[in-house]
This record gives sequence, structure tokens and C-alpha cells, in this order.
Amino acid sequence: MKFVDEFRDAGLGRVLSGEILATVEPGRHYKLMEVCGGHTHSIYKYGVDDLLPANVELVHGPGCPVCVIPMGRVDDGIALAHEPDVIFTCFGDMMRVPGAHGTLLEAKAEGADVRMVYSPLDALRIAKANPDRETVFFAIGFETTAPSTALTLMRAKAEGVPNFSVMCNHVTIVPPLRALLESPDLRLDGFIGPGHVSTVVGARPFEFIPAQYGKPCVIAGFEPLDILHAIHMILAQLAEGRCEVENQYTRVVPYEGNRKALEVMAEVFELRPHFEWRGLGFISQSGLKLSEAYAGLDAERRFAVPGVRVADPKACQCGEVLKGVIKPWECKVFGTACTPERPIGTCMVSSEGACAAYYNYGRFAREREVV
Amino acid sequence: MTSGRPDAPVSDREQRILGIIETARAKRPKFRDERITMAHGAGGKATQTLIEGLLVPALSTGSLEELGDSGTVTIDGLGLAMTTDSYVVRPIRFPGGSIGELAVNGTVNDLAVAGARPMALTVSLVLEEGLDATVLREEVEAIAAAARAAGVEVVAGDTKVVERGHADDMYICTAGLGRLDERATLSPAGLAPGDRILLSGPVGDHGTAIMLARGEFELDAPIASDTRSLWPVVDALLESAGSAVHCLRDATRGGVASVLNELARASGVAMLVREEAVPVEAAVAGAAEILGIDPMYVANEGKLVAFVAPGDADAALAAMRAIPGCERAAEIGEVRTQPPGMVLVETAFGGRRVMDQLVGDPLPRIC
Repeated sequence: MKFVDEFRDAGLGRVLSGEILATVEPGRHYKLMEVCGGHTHSIYKYGVDDLLPANVELVHGPGCPVCVIPMGRVDDGIALAHEPDVIFTCFGDMMRVPGAHGTLLEAKAEGADVRMVYSPLDALRIAKANPDRETVFFAIGFETTAPSTALTLMRAKAEGVPNFSVMCNHVTIVPPLRALLESPDLRLDGFIGPGHVSTVVGARPFEFIPAQYGKPCVIAGFEPLDILHAIHMILAQLAEGRCEVENQYTRVVPYEGNRKALEVMAEVFELRPHFEWRGLGFISQSGLKLSEAYAGLDAERRFAVPGVRVADPKACQCGEVLKGVIKPWECKVFGTACTPERPIGTCMVSSEGACAAYYNYGRFAREREVV
Repeated sequence: MTSGRPDAPVSDREQRILGIIETARAKRPKFRDERITMAHGAGGKATQTLIEGLLVPALSTGSLEELGDSGTVTIDGLGLAMTTDSYVVRPIRFPGGSIGELAVNGTVNDLAVAGARPMALTVSLVLEEGLDATVLREEVEAIAAAARAAGVEVVAGDTKVVERGHADDMYICTAGLGRLDERATLSPAGLAPGDRILLSGPVGDHGTAIMLARGEFELDAPIASDTRSLWPVVDALLESAGSAVHCLRDATRGGVASVLNELARASGVAMLVREEAVPVEAAVAGAAEILGIDPMYVANEGKLVAFVAPGDADAALAAMRAIPGCERAAEIGEVRTQPPGMVLVETAFGGRRVMDQLVGDPLPRIC
């Protein structure tokens, strides 16, 4: 595939791998966090971590939008889906995320009309095709997907679609990063910045990471060479004693972001005072809700949403795993109360989360040290 | 990954936890779900739990336990293979085929990969009230044509009609009977470290064709289903390599990745796949890229995976390639000992990863 294969060239990968090896200080252990779930996926898919020296460790960040949705919000969604005459729409991967009382997939099997869509516009289309029923879109994601939800709401309002509403679970990336960085026991040396989010917000919002917390941050693309390149850029900063935001993904990310997208978000959304993150607890000003001008399209106002709060079991230590303080197997509930079949925290929900990966591939991970 | 690069030797506690996980994973899964969801039909972990946790314990007295594509019975010294399958694909027509053709080839292929020459089929039709007779006529024609092409006779059948809304146009159930070929000694237990993994052609055509035929993606690509009888290629494999062919599998629902995982688990061996060696049509690779799916997990309806002793692998591969439709057959990897039960991939980029069982399927009702 043209314009894709170029960024997956194994020969160039080996060259970069050699450069990385030449940049690291032997004996020093590096922990770098890739913030975005998309990066985690690429790292896993291409085996990128296999090309890194043993003393460079990648830690998966909190940036998987599906995994961070707390159980209570899933339960609220399920309650909404069971409302009579509701068509409940969401992205496919959301359907398997368990709340305290099952998944949306199970709600569908119980008779709820749950439909998978690929874009919020599909949900709006369903609403227009079924004028005698209510269509609800369960919106999730960071600033990457929020603009498309915003545009859909603007269109629904302009066209006066009376039977469409959105249950908004959009979150923003900076507050959870700040929460991580605030922690005194953080063991991270640098950040691979979220490429997709940055296409919208730009690189500037990440300047606080080097400025206030002294950690390098490199915004990266999603192909394996992008990721290796970004890792090299972070390690070079550390080696040269620099600490700044750099943009590896210049072919897509403008430093100032996408003004149009930011404008539509500002019109449609406003910050919630706080929002709960699975495994991480409440983080202030980290979630979005519909602004007053769009209140009529807010599913949480239109329906009696129960507002379920399911406290994460105290023993869940996702936060510590994310901060790199403990390994997955050191968590008190790992493999017992928390398994891929019945996950508690975000790290176990996604198959690529640190805990799920360790649960599934732990033995292999050990053996490859020996191979 | 946090787990991937331990910086200290394995502690006792970690060792113990790994042990607990391994014991839990090795246990036969228990079927605890309260309702059937679409995931139970997707061919991944939920399907496995349904089969191994409910069906096998309740029904098995022998041959079923092996969970092969067909069961075998011996009657007065005559080895027979039997299988059955239901077809609920939506839409019933798609580029490269239709439900009628699929209903014949799918069942024929389950017999073929058991090393049995397909002989006879039964066909049950479940028709929806209101179905256009022209459509039915064409599907019956498709069944007849596919049966002729595969050299099987339809020997019995049944028809049922259900109320409108209770079936999508039509469902078809077929059962097949085949005669076990004397050249064949196929079994998951026959897998041996060193065996080469051969694949009969490009992967992902059928599932991708169905996905695009549903028109949900506003994507258009010249991709046709690969539905065809696999008996000719099985025949060629057995002729060229005989008992050196240790096991065959039909890579349908869940794709090649699921077949490899099932066998690795069943036989306690490991498999190593070289991603670069796996043939994928450019259009399928492009569609998979856009949709974010891995062609290794996408269904095929005319592709088999063969495990052949290393000394005979080249001859077997050459024999496969001589069969029409299998010109792009390839050796994609090999059987190993460590780590048991796991499938590893050497990615084209040069890293390695685990190719796991499918957890969910974004696309139900592909066959």
C-alpha cells in the first residue's frame, strides 16, 4: 500500500533500532509511556517493543477511550438501552466492555435494540429513518472523536431532528496526564504523545509536561517507524539533557492544532466539574458534557438516567500500574478478582492493556528473555 | 510492554501467579453465561466456551471429543466421515457466490479436511414467508451446480417455512457423508515440531467480500468470496505427501489465526508464523487496513491450512500450487515446542508477538 508501507519498512526499523541502542546509557533503565491506545495497538501489532534494547520499557497509558469508561456509565448506558422505544447506538468495541451488570452485547441479547455504528452521523441517520423512536448515541473518546460528535449535534440541531440525543462520555487528555504527573511516586522518563488527539488540540497543550514536570514529550504517528523514531527522539533528549515537546508527526499534526475542530467543540461541549475514570477515580475537569445551547439533545436530560456509581474495588491498582510503580502481577486483585473475563480496571479491559497482556502472554514474555 | 521486559529475575510470587493463571487457562472452560449473545456464534472464545463447556460434556461419547471439522465412524471396516453445518449468511448473495453454493462447499470442505472424499449431502431449507420464488429457484440451482462441481450427490432433504421476520430470506442446513481416504492419517495429535505450515492461498477474501456486500462501509473494492470445494487440493496433498500430511484444517470462521490457535491448544505445541509469507490480496489488505481488522482473523470459504513433515513440504506445496485456485499457496511458518499452546508471529516489521484467539467478532453471520 502506497504511503503506508513506507512507514513499515523493516530495514529502516533495524537502522532506527541500532540508533536507539547507541543512544541509551547502558545500565540505565528507561520507562516511557505511550499515552494513546492507538500507539499501544501498533506496538503490539508490529512487535515494536521487540526492537528495543532490554533497558527501554514501554508503559501503556490511560489513552484507550473505551477502557477508561467507568462501570457506572456502562450501567447507565444499558439502562437507557432498555428504555422502551429506544434505539441505542455505539461503537462496536464499546459493546463488550462490562459494567457491574453485564455488557451492552448482553443487553442486546435480552432484547434491547443496541446497534453498532461507525460514526455518530450513522446514528443520526438511524434517528431520521425511525422517526417514531428515540435514537441515542453513546459518545466516547478523547478530543479525536469529540469534533465528529459535535458536528453531528450541530447538524441534528440545525435540521431539527427531534428524536436524536447523545449520552456524552467524551474526555480530555491533559487532566489524566497531569494527575499521573502529580503523583510523587511516578517512575516515568518520558512520554510518547498522542498523535490523533494532537491533530485536533495541537502540540502546545503538552508543553506543561517538560515545563512543569521535567519530562520530554514527543508527539508521534502510528506506524511502527513513527513510534521507533519518537522513542529515539525522547532518548536523544534525555541523553543531551534537553526536555521539550517535539513533534514527530509533522505530516499530520500542526503545532497549533485544528482551529475549526476546536471551535465546534467549544460551541457544543463544556467541561464537567469532574468525571470518573475506570481504575483512576474522579479527575476534575476531565470530561465533557453538552453545553446549555445543546441541552435539548442531551440524553442524560431527556431520559431518567439512573446515574449509577459503582466504586472500583479498593484493591484495584491500575493507577500504580500506569505510573509504573508496580507490575501487573504485583496488584492485589490481579488474576483473582480481576481477570480478562471479569475485568475491574482499565488495564485489564482492553486486550492490549498492561494487565490483560500480562495475563495472556506472561509466560511468553518471560521466555522471550531466554530465547 | 510493562510485562514484556522484566528487569529482575522471576520472583517466587510472580512464578506462583503465572502458575495460577496457567492452571486456570488449561481447565476446560465452564459455560456460565446467562444468555446467548452474538459472540457465541463468532468462532472465538465465547464459541469455544459454549462448545467445550456445554455441548461436548453433554453429548460426547468419543469422536465428538476431538472437535475436528468432521466426526468419523467405522462401519464393518469402512471408515466414514460425517459433518453438518448451518448457513445463515446475510446478504444471501455476494460477489463470488451465494448461500446455496456456500452450503454445499462448506460441508464438502469439512469432509475434505478430515481426509474424506465427499460422497453425499442432505439439504434442509428454512424459508421465510414472502421469499421471492425466483431467488429460491436460483439458490436451488446454485446448490445443484456446486454439488455437481464437487462430485457429491444430494440424497435427502427437508423444507420448512417460518413467518416473515423469523429468518433472513432463507437459512440452509446441510449434512455430509464422506469416505475416509486410505492415504490419509490426519489428526491434531499428529502435529510434530518441525512440521511446516502450508496455506492454500490468499486469506480474508470471503469475510471481506461479505463485509463490503452489506454496504455499511461505503467502500467499494473488487473482492470476491473464495468459496470452492477443497477436495481437489486435499487429494493432491495426499497424493504428493501421503502420511507426511499430519493435519488439515479449513480456515473458515475466525480465519487462519483461529485454526492455528485451536490446534496449538489441542496438541500442546507452539506455532511460529512469518507474517510476510502470508498471501493477502492487495484489495483485501487495503480494506482490512481501513476497517482496522487483521486478515488472519477474517473468514475464508476455500482455504485450508496443512501441516506437513519438513521433508515432504516442498513437494506438497508444489502439488497444491498445481490446483486451480491454489496458485498462491505458500509456506507460512512451522510447528515448534515452546511456548506450548501459543501461536507467535514474526511481523513483517521484524518484531514478534502472540497471535491470540479471537475475543469478539465485529462481523456476525458471514456463513
